[in-house]
Amino acid sequence: MAEPAYPIRPADIESGIDAGLQRVAAAIANEAPQKPRRAFLRSASIRFALLYGLVFGVSTILLAGSVRYSTLGILSRQTESAISEDGASLLHSYQSGGMPELILSLGNRIHENPDDSAIYLLVDPLGNRIVGNMSSWPAGVTEDNIFYKIPIKHFTRRSTAEMRAYGLPNGDQLLIGRDIKMQVELQTILRDAMFWALGAMIGLGVIGAVVIRSVFNRSLADITATTRAIARGDLSQRVRRDMSGDEFDIMAETINDMLDRIARLMDGVRQVSNAIAHDLRTPITRARTRLEFAASHAASADELRAAVERATGELDGVVRVFEALLRIAEIEAGARRSAFGPVDLNPVLTDLAEFYEPMADTRGIKLDTSWPTEVNVIGDRDMLQQAIANLLDNAIKFAPEHSTVRLAARLDNEAIEVHVADNGPGIPQQDRTRATERFYRAETARNTPGTGLGLALVAAIAQLHQGRLRLDDNHPGLRAVIVLPRNFTKMQGTIRNRLRLTGDRESTLAGPGS
Amino acid sequence: MRILLVEDDKDVAGFVVKGLREAGHTVEHADNGRDGLFLAASENFDAIILDRMLPGGIDGLRLLETLRAQDNATPVLFLSALTQVDDRVKGLKAGGDDYLTKPFAFAELLTRVEALARRGKGEGPSTRLVVGDLEMDLLSRGVKRAGQKIDLQPREFRLLEFLMRHAGQVVTRTMLLEGVWDYHFDPQTNVIDVHVSRLRQKIDKPFPTPLLHTVRNAGYMLRVEEP
Repeated sequence: MAEPAYPIRPADIESGIDAGLQRVAAAIANEAPQKPRRAFLRSASIRFALLYGLVFGVSTILLAGSVRYSTLGILSRQTESAISEDGASLLHSYQSGGMPELILSLGNRIHENPDDSAIYLLVDPLGNRIVGNMSSWPAGVTEDNIFYKIPIKHFTRRSTAEMRAYGLPNGDQLLIGRDIKMQVELQTILRDAMFWALGAMIGLGVIGAVVIRSVFNRSLADITATTRAIARGDLSQRVRRDMSGDEFDIMAETINDMLDRIARLMDGVRQVSNAIAHDLRTPITRARTRLEFAASHAASADELRAAVERATGELDGVVRVFEALLRIAEIEAGARRSAFGPVDLNPVLTDLAEFYEPMADTRGIKLDTSWPTEVNVIGDRDMLQQAIANLLDNAIKFAPEHSTVRLAARLDNEAIEVHVADNGPGIPQQDRTRATERFYRAETARNTPGTGLGLALVAAIAQLHQGRLRLDDNHPGLRAVIVLPRNFTKMQGTIRNRLRLTGDRESTLAGPGS
Repeated sequence: MRILLVEDDKDVAGFVVKGLREAGHTVEHADNGRDGLFLAASENFDAIILDRMLPGGIDGLRLLETLRAQDNATPVLFLSALTQVDDRVKGLKAGGDDYLTKPFAFAELLTRVEALARRGKGEGPSTRLVVGDLEMDLLSRGVKRAGQKIDLQPREFRLLEFLMRHAGQVVTRTMLLEGVWDYHFDPQTNVIDVHVSRLRQKIDKPFPTPLLHTVRNAGYMLRVEEP
């Protein structure tokens, strides 16, 4: 007979998963070294710092601009209106009293102006000074009625003035101005301050970029190194956490959770392929041999029928194992939280005790029960029933005749515990961590019926409920404890929720003795 | 009873058709969704056995949804290799009345289909169940056999009620688990057998003829032994 061809071998599945992992890790550690020259700009932290600097710079410039406009602009407008008013009043003097009146007014004004901040000059049509506190007509002022801001030589000192010329009907020219040296100085101070601020900002921006980059790098380097190691196939690596609860810490925690999960799934795949190789092949081989033998050797129809019936029974066993395996896989995939709701375990426990009591009775076992009147949890009733039923199945199966099996529930502040304890052979200390693996059978249990999947299923269910399965020594015997958290939290929380929860979150890792 | 089987696997279909005919039913068979839908919509059946995954563009779910959209209330039993709880829920939500996963025991399929077809007939709510000389009064919750009162625990009463409602039919352990205890898992031990044997102690032991029979490789049946 031809050897059956298996299209997919377990090794293929594993290498497929490895390849997938590598892609994921490469995507996480996206730092592919391309052109080193542009590496500086491709750094997220540098880009972040530059963008930050740009926004900061633009807002500073806007602020400085508005300060400049509101101070210098107002001063300049005030000067202009003072000159205009002065001009209008002098023209009025000229109209009412002619040249003598104007010269008198000018003289008064020059006299009352000790610091020489106001400038007056009256010249005849040839440009000769008639009266004024300025030596000669400035070259820059060429037209009437326009404001000029020009440097002047005011007798001995140099300065800047704002000036306006007026033409008189007799051909003379009047120049009125104000010294604006203070304004110019203020402008210079403002400009210098702005340049200094800009320089300081650029300096600080660069320093900030470097600091941010080093903070980013320190936090991300570990994650990058870990994911690279994982991508190379070393699944034991974990990201180091600083336990500060900040965003990086939460990311590290999340990545570690993800890696734990991937490791568990990989383990699951490995275990299942081993199991398929052994625990499923064995009964299939038995059934096959039985049928083949019966086909060639059965002496009577009854013998043939008996062989077929036994083979059918064996195949039913295979189906049971398959279903249990699929159910564990389904629960571990975590897809079954849709049926979660509030469940009172009291009636669940009462019903289960009643269900198993006759069974215990046939072996003279006393079922000892105790639990509070209300045991409220959030979960899937069917699954919790199944988990407790599996433990009771085991306990009644392994307890010696005429002993006591104890079913109890207990509440404390953080957890709800469901105990199932027997006085059977128990599980040796060194085996307890392995007892929740698929197909684990204790040495003492080799000859009892069962799939070897019961505890694995219970552990998977506990884990789905954010709890765990603990296996204790009952002196003698086994005490299996399902520990469920009292405040069940939604797994998919926002960062904000996670920040709040990191402090008191319980480990979701299943496994005894932890 | 007239039963429609929609199943594409030739071997499974042949075996089911043969088994149902041997049990005295008329069976029509379609091996794809299109033909299945045509038959189901154009003729009258007491029950339909429907495979989830079918060739021909119309799978079991679509077929059933189309049928229910036409106000066709023929009871439907899904037969499927999809065992996940969510698949089961999807099947029942689409309007399925029962769900059996492959591989299955033929006895279980037969029992479930017959139960469905009978439910489809809509027997009225009865207050009294009788099998041979065994009587159950559902109102006073009293059980008598040959005029003799029998004391039953509440759960034993429900177990007997379930068996009496399915009198003459094979009742599998899974059906008892679901129907009496509302448990949807497979106990590793023979708990159900112990419950049945306790019940047997009360209703059969003191009397000359047994009513509750064990059917090998299938389950139990409550019936009057034919002379």
